[in-house]
Amino acid sequence: MSQATQTEPKEALFSKKNVKLLSDPLNGSNPVTVQVLGICSSLAITVKLEPAIVMGVSVLVVTAFSNLITSMMRNFIPNRIRIIVQLVVVAALVIVVDQILKAYVYDVSKQLSVFVGLIITNCILMGRIEAFALANTPWKSFLDGIGNGAGYAAVLIIVAFFRELLGSGQLYGYQVVPESWYLHNGGWYSNNGMMLLPPMALIVLAVLIWVQRAKFRQLIED
Amino acid sequence: MNVNSNSYTYLFSVVMVVLVAVMLSVAALSLKPAQDANIELEKKQEILKSLGVDVSREEAGEAFDEYIKEQIVLKGGQPVASPEVAAFAISMADAVAKPSDEREVPLFIAERDGQTFYIIPVRGKGLWGPIWGYVSIASDGYTVTGATFGHKGETPGLGAEISTPVFTDQFPGKKLAENGQFQGIAVRKGDASGDHQVDGISGGTITSVGVENMLNDCLKPYIAYLLTRNAAEVPAQPATNDTLISSL
Amino acid sequence: MELVNLFIRSIFIENMIFAFFLGMCSYLAVSKTVKTALGLGVAVTFTLLVTVPVNFLVDTKLLQPGALAWLDPSLADYDLSFLSFIIFIAVVAAIVQLLEMIVERFSPSLYNALGIFLPLIAVNCSILGAALFVQERGYKTLAEATVFGVGSGVGWALAIVALAAIRERLKYSHVPAPLRGLGITFIITGLMGMAFMSFMGIKI
Repeated sequence: MSQATQTEPKEALFSKKNVKLLSDPLNGSNPVTVQVLGICSSLAITVKLEPAIVMGVSVLVVTAFSNLITSMMRNFIPNRIRIIVQLVVVAALVIVVDQILKAYVYDVSKQLSVFVGLIITNCILMGRIEAFALANTPWKSFLDGIGNGAGYAAVLIIVAFFRELLGSGQLYGYQVVPESWYLHNGGWYSNNGMMLLPPMALIVLAVLIWVQRAKFRQLIED
Repeated sequence: MNVNSNSYTYLFSVVMVVLVAVMLSVAALSLKPAQDANIELEKKQEILKSLGVDVSREEAGEAFDEYIKEQIVLKGGQPVASPEVAAFAISMADAVAKPSDEREVPLFIAERDGQTFYIIPVRGKGLWGPIWGYVSIASDGYTVTGATFGHKGETPGLGAEISTPVFTDQFPGKKLAENGQFQGIAVRKGDASGDHQVDGISGGTITSVGVENMLNDCLKPYIAYLLTRNAAEVPAQPATNDTLISSL
Repeated sequence: MELVNLFIRSIFIENMIFAFFLGMCSYLAVSKTVKTALGLGVAVTFTLLVTVPVNFLVDTKLLQPGALAWLDPSLADYDLSFLSFIIFIAVVAAIVQLLEMIVERFSPSLYNALGIFLPLIAVNCSILGAALFVQERGYKTLAEATVFGVGSGVGWALAIVALAAIRERLKYSHVPAPLRGLGITFIITGLMGMAFMSFMGIKI
């Protein structure tokens, strides 16, 4: 009894609670579809899978490390300049990610153009830092960042999957709809060019939300 | 230690700014060579592509030295003897901002299978941002033998199609001059059978018009020079269209 | 003429919301009534009017390769463009803070109307986005940058007011339960975006 009060039982690195931090954003509390965070920069690059995946990974890296860093500093940050400090941490990480993309995946970084920079104002980052990292230990915050980044990446990838498949008949740049199906080859199929245009990203996302909320009925708004 | 005191806040900001500045500078400086190499190799790769030489980015540097025999700088249709910037390093973005006869623009002269080709960089505005490309011209000085285009952020599937073969394959065989006078290439939807027109991109009208304007704007100053250069160097026997295309 | 063209284009064709989805967070959160939507729209336009030209000057006079040459020719070799993200966001945050103080000091009534929105705006993607677009697309003059900034702001305001008006009427319709709220708002925005696409190709 006395022993238990003296030494807090050390939590395992991947305890049930910690795993939940990782998996929750992928199901019930997805940052995009439920918390309405971070759609700003997400949709414009979902025309094809490749940039969407790179974007998703970039956001994941930035959420994870910005959460980790602010959580490590949380007891040293003066309250009055809290927001600016968070912005600086996030902006610095985004610059590093942008520089790395430019150096090693040059082609994709060209496609992402300004949207890499817009990760800074992605609400997921500030939202998770404010709501989670400032009040939790670094390891937990790190997992929370990975979880939310992955949840965001998942939405991007799902939207991009449908837009690329239906819009250009390809997946990750490879033709999946047989060439012989196309009208100009005497077939019956034609790509839905509408899918490539911005509005369809919103509609695909709306359908995604619809499916998710039909499954998790407690999320329905009135 | 009072985390919210004034002096601590100042100290914290100063330390943070210095740390961040150092970290970013180190990251930027250490990655800069790789980024610059990417940009240079990509440029070489694009130039070679307009010539019909497809190489990976890694091989572009070597192949460039093999094919490109001469690089000169033109201003107002005349070669510049001692240009301020070497031909390869000229920024087309800066050049096209000036009026056409004040620009210093590069001309790359390539040799492939014993034929001479002239490669001209072009740059203009698409729908969302800059578009650019390279046009290679046969030794007669006005027949297009190839073209490649790039863009910063045209709509994928629409304007972005200008960089695909579906669009660029229309260019070989088109002519940039009629009776010794410059005539541009119209990029319009519909008929593309003439010597001075190609089929535009459906749904990418603004980008197509951008390509048309870019070609007219950038190619015009060269054609006069190329025609005279050609007249001076190869007076007889201009290569016919068909042989040029089959040689590609 | 070029400027009028740019203005029209940035309002209708390259609309921040419909073409780039920028500033969606506040767009979705504050579009429940027309009155607040209008307030936020005006505040965003105002902020863009101020921050875009300032960021343009910062970019051309400090950050671009060779931009420091006006201070001293020996500085012409410096390229600080890797700092642009962090400088832009700092400029935006500082200007928003300044605006808040100035408006509060000189026009309490305006402050009451716009004040609550100003803190929201610092992290509105459309503000940083506009600054980055100006850099990306290489606008050459201050006038172009300013017109683009105002146009984007007006386009954004137009979008949010229109959405709010539709959402006010939406209360009286039967939307499938899982689509209520967020889902139907996305669909409406998508449909509005399609309508706005018919402006594409307009050239004055």
